[in-house]
Amino acid sequence: MTTYLSHADLGGQDGHGAVTPEPEGELFHADWERMALAVTLAMGATGTWNIDESRSVRETLSDYESLTYYQLWIKGLIALLKKHDLVAEDEVAAGAMLHPARAVTRVLRAADVPAALAKGTPTLRTTHSRARFAVGDPVVTRATAADHHTRLPAYACRKKGRIAHVYGAHVFADTHAQGLGEQPQWLYNVVFTARELWGEGCDATSTVSIDAWESYLEPAP
Amino acid sequence: MELQVRALRTVLEQKGYIDPAALDVLIDTYETKIGPRNGARVVAKAWTDDAYRKWLFTDATAAIASLGYHGRQGEMIVALENTASIHNLVVCTLCSCYPWPVLGLPPTWYKSAPFRSRAVKNPRGVLADFGVQLPESVSIRVWDSTAEVRYLVVPHRPKGSEHLSEERLSDLVTRDSMIGTGLVKAPAP
Repeated sequence: MTTYLSHADLGGQDGHGAVTPEPEGELFHADWERMALAVTLAMGATGTWNIDESRSVRETLSDYESLTYYQLWIKGLIALLKKHDLVAEDEVAAGAMLHPARAVTRVLRAADVPAALAKGTPTLRTTHSRARFAVGDPVVTRATAADHHTRLPAYACRKKGRIAHVYGAHVFADTHAQGLGEQPQWLYNVVFTARELWGEGCDATSTVSIDAWESYLEPAP
Repeated sequence: MELQVRALRTVLEQKGYIDPAALDVLIDTYETKIGPRNGARVVAKAWTDDAYRKWLFTDATAAIASLGYHGRQGEMIVALENTASIHNLVVCTLCSCYPWPVLGLPPTWYKSAPFRSRAVKNPRGVLADFGVQLPESVSIRVWDSTAEVRYLVVPHRPKGSEHLSEERLSDLVTRDSMIGTGLVKAPAP
């Protein structure tokens, strides 16, 4: 029985309709979306949470499906601010500071924005462990969903694939999201045939690949 | 939403967590500086410079950084080559992972349920939504960005573009062609 429920795992679902393309220059549909982007990035830069925790908070919002993307960002941001005691509910409602501020690790200053964006947050780590798998190895993915944030999509659970690329050791999203540290693991690109994922009747020539941490995988029999 | 976001911004400013001037720089960066023209320059260079092309397909992160594009949401980039028999399509079924340094912010459809749900299961159907039809002889490789590796599709160089300069070539390269939902069209004669 799992209690963690992600509403974001959409791969392979039916019934969402056709894609509506948009012209290249179309970035925002309202002024508040610009501000939603900026405050989310600026608060992320304080270092109070990491990207995996923020994804976890967003994907578990109960009204995920009814929110547009930037609505999701704002609701997720408010949830993170409350979780970390940076902002209280009454302050959100009042639109004003009602309680003393808490210290944050850093505040992103305008002059530092270009350097901060140019640096990013690399997840590659050095490791002394040896990679369990090599390119070409047959693998099978973990059978079930995890009871926490994870990056193995449901459609790719308990499927046979092959290692296509070895990407080095990376911060493990599952533990990182839960506040359990980086615990770097080898990361692989694993390719599946469409038939393995979707059965008969699919486009037999196509493949789908995911990026999978080592603990998502076992050697295929 | 307008009021709610403004109220939230006010609280964050009053508490000293954010520098209002930084917000303007962030917005300006993604509206005017970091966008798909960056990726288009990478593609055009790969089309015209064979040594660069080889570098791009062995170490895209470094090859792309050499043009000045690196950092947030592009800390590790892999370039995917479209050929006469292979077409690559990039998606993030779990959220909206996208190679920001080369393509900027993802378009709304990329973050939408229709694209995220169908790209892995029915890629030809998704391509049809974009008016793209590929022969059956072309196999489609879908890349679901489930970790922090970001993917850039290097589209097929169109016939009839042999005489064009790198700069003119980059003008032909569309955002969608670097996600895999579009093809680069031949230049007008």
